[in-house]
Amino acid sequence: MKLVMLWTDMLVWGLVIALLLWSWVISHNPQVKKIWHTIFKSSIAMASSVVLLFYLLFTLLDSIHLRLALPLESQKSQVVEYEVEMVSLLDLIFEHNIQNTERTYSAPFATAEYASSIVVDDEGITKQVYLPLKYVSTKDDFMKESLLALGIGLMLSLLIVAIHIWWRERSRFILACQEIWRGESDLAWRTAYGTFILLVVTFTWLYMLSYSYHVLGTDKVGGDVLYQSFKSIRTGVLIGILTTVIMLPVAVILGVSAGLFGGWVDDVIQYLYTTLSSIPGVLLIAAGVLSMQVMMDNNPTWFETTLERSDLRLLFLILILGITSWTGLCRVLRAETLKISQMEFVTAAKAFGVSKLTIIRRHIVPNLMHIILISVVLDFSGLVLAEAVLSYVGVGVDPTMHSWGNMINQARLEMAREPMVWWSLFSAFVFMFILVLAANLFSDRIQRVLDPRNKV
Amino acid sequence: MLAYIIRRLLYAIPILIGVNLITFMLFFMVNSPDDMARAQLGAKQVTPELIASWKEERGYDKPLFINTKAEGFAQVSDTLFVHESLKLFSFDFGFSDSNRNIGADIKERMMPSFSIALPTFMIALITNISLALLLVLFRGSMLDTSMMIVAVMIMSVSGLFYIIAGQVLFSKIWHWVPISGYESGWDGVKFIILPVMIGVFAGIGSGVRWYRSIFLEQINQDYVRTARAKGLSEIKVLFGHVLRNGMLPILTGVVVIIPSLFMGSLIMESFFGIPGLGSYTIDAINSQDFAIVKAMVFLGSVLYIIGLILTDISYTLFDPRVKL
Repeated sequence: MKLVMLWTDMLVWGLVIALLLWSWVISHNPQVKKIWHTIFKSSIAMASSVVLLFYLLFTLLDSIHLRLALPLESQKSQVVEYEVEMVSLLDLIFEHNIQNTERTYSAPFATAEYASSIVVDDEGITKQVYLPLKYVSTKDDFMKESLLALGIGLMLSLLIVAIHIWWRERSRFILACQEIWRGESDLAWRTAYGTFILLVVTFTWLYMLSYSYHVLGTDKVGGDVLYQSFKSIRTGVLIGILTTVIMLPVAVILGVSAGLFGGWVDDVIQYLYTTLSSIPGVLLIAAGVLSMQVMMDNNPTWFETTLERSDLRLLFLILILGITSWTGLCRVLRAETLKISQMEFVTAAKAFGVSKLTIIRRHIVPNLMHIILISVVLDFSGLVLAEAVLSYVGVGVDPTMHSWGNMINQARLEMAREPMVWWSLFSAFVFMFILVLAANLFSDRIQRVLDPRNKV
Repeated sequence: MLAYIIRRLLYAIPILIGVNLITFMLFFMVNSPDDMARAQLGAKQVTPELIASWKEERGYDKPLFINTKAEGFAQVSDTLFVHESLKLFSFDFGFSDSNRNIGADIKERMMPSFSIALPTFMIALITNISLALLLVLFRGSMLDTSMMIVAVMIMSVSGLFYIIAGQVLFSKIWHWVPISGYESGWDGVKFIILPVMIGVFAGIGSGVRWYRSIFLEQINQDYVRTARAKGLSEIKVLFGHVLRNGMLPILTGVVVIIPSLFMGSLIMESFFGIPGLGSYTIDAINSQDFAIVKAMVFLGSVLYIIGLILTDISYTLFDPRVKL
């Protein structure tokens, strides 16, 4: 096995490390700690952040790519050869689903194909039959397997919850459990654990049954829809997070300097973002992606495999989305900096001869943090939804890449079939809806706590 | 007033030049005209002569920014950038790859786009504002909280689902309206109803939340307290004071969009087969027709800048405090 890093993998892991560092830093700041404490008092915030973490976990699992070693053909050669195609950890988890490709459409939990096909049997008679699926268990023990899966899921999640409680409150474990059970804990832990258990149980159920069924059906070429939905998580989350992270430094630096320095710097920066924001977003993205496509077609040496190609395309898409989306935040940050730089504490700092850089670092940026945080969380859900639309327009991620947008795009034609093939659309809908709803609810809570305008 | 408008129009020129520069960089610098020719002609049997004739046909054979062969002022003016920009500024969009006149196409397709976008916009505006006022009237009650949760849920669904679900339900299963198509005049109403309804519904979540927050901001102001102290009923306070004062922030958000209504909606038009500018753009994107995309980018920013100017003018009309 050999570990390989794609471009987006590096960015994701870099981001995770940065987040961990940041949370370590703020855990030493009592004021910031208090704010987060207030946020997590709400059970909705707790539940949605558990859901978001769950999606993040799958993103991370899908962001570790490996090249498996080929089996040694003879004992003579000692050099280990690696496969050309990379697989991620998530692919390994769902390996059975990748290999068990059927012939064509099949409904969720079906044992036969969705459409009938014409076969000639041994006696030479032509018949219309529903061909049985190849990789579906013929034993009819759906209930038994479900119960087993639910039991295992429940045990597993309860164990993890118990370990977590024990890790937090070692000395008074029983007491803490009782408090949480009655919903009397300081933070809304009961909802958090409840959501966690629900998610883990659902996942184990889906996963264990996926060994004997196609839980969410198969698509046109017989691919498993459950696997596709889980693979799409990475695409959606990556576009949602990385875009804002990439544009953040630009927006902050330009916004703060426009507000603080004024004069021609302000004029230039204002001109820049007015110009960029006057181009309709979708068109600018479309223009960017089209140019990028031509560029990639003319430079086929940049990537070796289709996975690298689609990854590079995802990276470019994120960059283009970043370029088009920093203007709004920059405008808000400029206005806010202008306001802060006129306040007394900044004037005092200036009078004491504190350098401009220190003023920015110590007085201005900390006072902008809430705006930055709100915009990161608010943009996230919008970007996840935008991915679907862009893929439909044809300027989204690579068609070979798993994404909810591509799933919906295919499903559009399937809905016109008679009878309807609804499960691809349904799966994409459910997976996307849960993520976006969680992000929206979480950003609502953050906004309510952090936005000073809401304090009446 | 007139002087102000003229000043604003003059200020739009550098922005449009900037827009041109950005599109120019995207289309001509990221990929040189040679690259584009290769991509258009197909990589297989491309000869230098073919590329040269392809470039000459479109006038792409000039240098990008500085023409070293020319003398004096022509060094700057006889370049691809200046030629392309001048053409756009005179609204001469040239010909598409399939040899159609883009300017004529745009004129023809503006109305269908507008006939979908304008009703959607008007109905959405009225519904969202009335729903928001209703919620503000019952603020803090169960109705308010539950409706806000519903609004977040509506917001969390991709617009594509509404369109697909609407088409399946109303056209495929119930056969109330045709699934797609377009006709001008009153006969076309049956084609318009479904896209308009879906457009309104998809925007209701974010719309109601936005208007509600505007009205709630007003309701804590001193003048509202005074109005209540005078003994005005809550309804009168809402419609007479809160709504009127809330119109100002609403105007800023709304007037900007109006000119852009001509651009139409990309997904709506392509799903419902409406021959407007949105589906025109999508077709251009799918066939990689750079000339059309370029024209649409320019048109879109012109309309947006007109929207900005209209916003400022409407401000002076509605708010006596704003003097130009």
